[in-house]
Amino acid sequence: MSIDIPEPVEPPVDGALRLCVDNLSVLRGGRRVLDHLSFSLAAGQALIVTGPNGAGKSTLLRALAGLLPRAGGSVALAGGPPDVDLPQQAHYLAHSDGLKSALSVEENLEFWSRYLAQEPDRRSRTVGAALEVVSLSHVAAAPFGVLSAGQKRRAALARLLVAFRPLWLLDEPLTALDRASREKFALAMRDHCALGGLIVAATHEPLGLNEAKELALGSAG
Amino acid sequence: MSSPLAALFLREWRVARRIGGSGAMGVVFFLTLVAIVPFAVGPDPNLLARIGPAILWIAALLATLLCLDRLFQADAEDGSLDLFHLSETPLELAVLVKCAAHWAATGLPLVIAAPFLGLMLQQEAMALLGVVATLLVGTPALTLIGAIGAAATVTVRRGGLLMALLVLPLTIPVLIFGVSAAEAASGGAVPFYAPFAILCAITLAALALCPFAAAAALRYLGE
Repeated sequence: MSIDIPEPVEPPVDGALRLCVDNLSVLRGGRRVLDHLSFSLAAGQALIVTGPNGAGKSTLLRALAGLLPRAGGSVALAGGPPDVDLPQQAHYLAHSDGLKSALSVEENLEFWSRYLAQEPDRRSRTVGAALEVVSLSHVAAAPFGVLSAGQKRRAALARLLVAFRPLWLLDEPLTALDRASREKFALAMRDHCALGGLIVAATHEPLGLNEAKELALGSAG
Repeated sequence: MSSPLAALFLREWRVARRIGGSGAMGVVFFLTLVAIVPFAVGPDPNLLARIGPAILWIAALLATLLCLDRLFQADAEDGSLDLFHLSETPLELAVLVKCAAHWAATGLPLVIAAPFLGLMLQQEAMALLGVVATLLVGTPALTLIGAIGAAATVTVRRGGLLMALLVLPLTIPVLIFGVSAAEAASGGAVPFYAPFAILCAITLAALALCPFAAAAALRYLGE
């Protein structure tokens, strides 16, 4: 006679985060773009959101970042510090870079590292190290406005590295990047997952993350 | 806590002082406005001495509004505004620091330039002092009230004119008490301190209320 012993539930280890999205619905302009969407993502995992234009990829990312009101459902990052909201643990990178043309690349990143990482975290990189990762050290002192489109995107990606936040919300992160930069960024994303981070990326192109989960949003309707 | 705000102040200050920023533009606009008034009203020294404080105040008001329309729009366009929402620093504090940096870069130069322009308008020493004191206390209120308009028109392309329409009526109390205190400084029936104290009160009220109003507008429009 055997008795089924339920597996002991592991208490959440400190730093083992889990992104739980439950029945998320979002309206945009009166249209239900996301309808009762549920998924969950564990620390170290990446989720690739795919789907045709207008399927709600960007809407999902903005809703996760708290930039759009939810019509229903819940979004939570379980296992993190209890007094910190999800948006404050997330990096959001969309089509705009969030960097000022008049300031140098270095000044821009220095600002975001101080503004977005209020608690010092050993997983945050220095501005110099982040620029090294995206191969922009040679233009660190140049005004952001004079960079090429690909270099601007790389500078924006460096923002993710100067202030460690566990959840990366990336909307088409590879736009304008060449092959070498894509490979470097794939490496940075794998590093982030190895540090216990989570990535939700909306993209049409392969990100170079083999073990990533995929969420296909259907066309509208 | 202070480090992110100091970083924000430094960034705003640098952006305002660099090419394309609004730092120097406001002063030049102020200078131009004050310089063309004698062409319109005639070079009568007595008339200029009488209306001088009012001219300086109107010019300072228009120069402040001219520079304010990009206060939040530039951040909305380059995506920084979304990131402010994701920060631990409350949006209200970010608004307040942005206003402080904007005032330091554009309002303070107006206050410094005012006595020199006042000389062109036949102002006596006491009147100059009165104009400088009232502008020093009053221009922060103009910036803060203007920030509400800048936040409310953040999604409107070419929203500068709409912003001026929204904000100008709200600045009337500042203008009334600023000009009457400046005029009282050089003698008159009203003592200097009465309108000056009310001007100080308006600025303090703006300091307490406007960041909340502007942040609320930004939150609402961001969704």
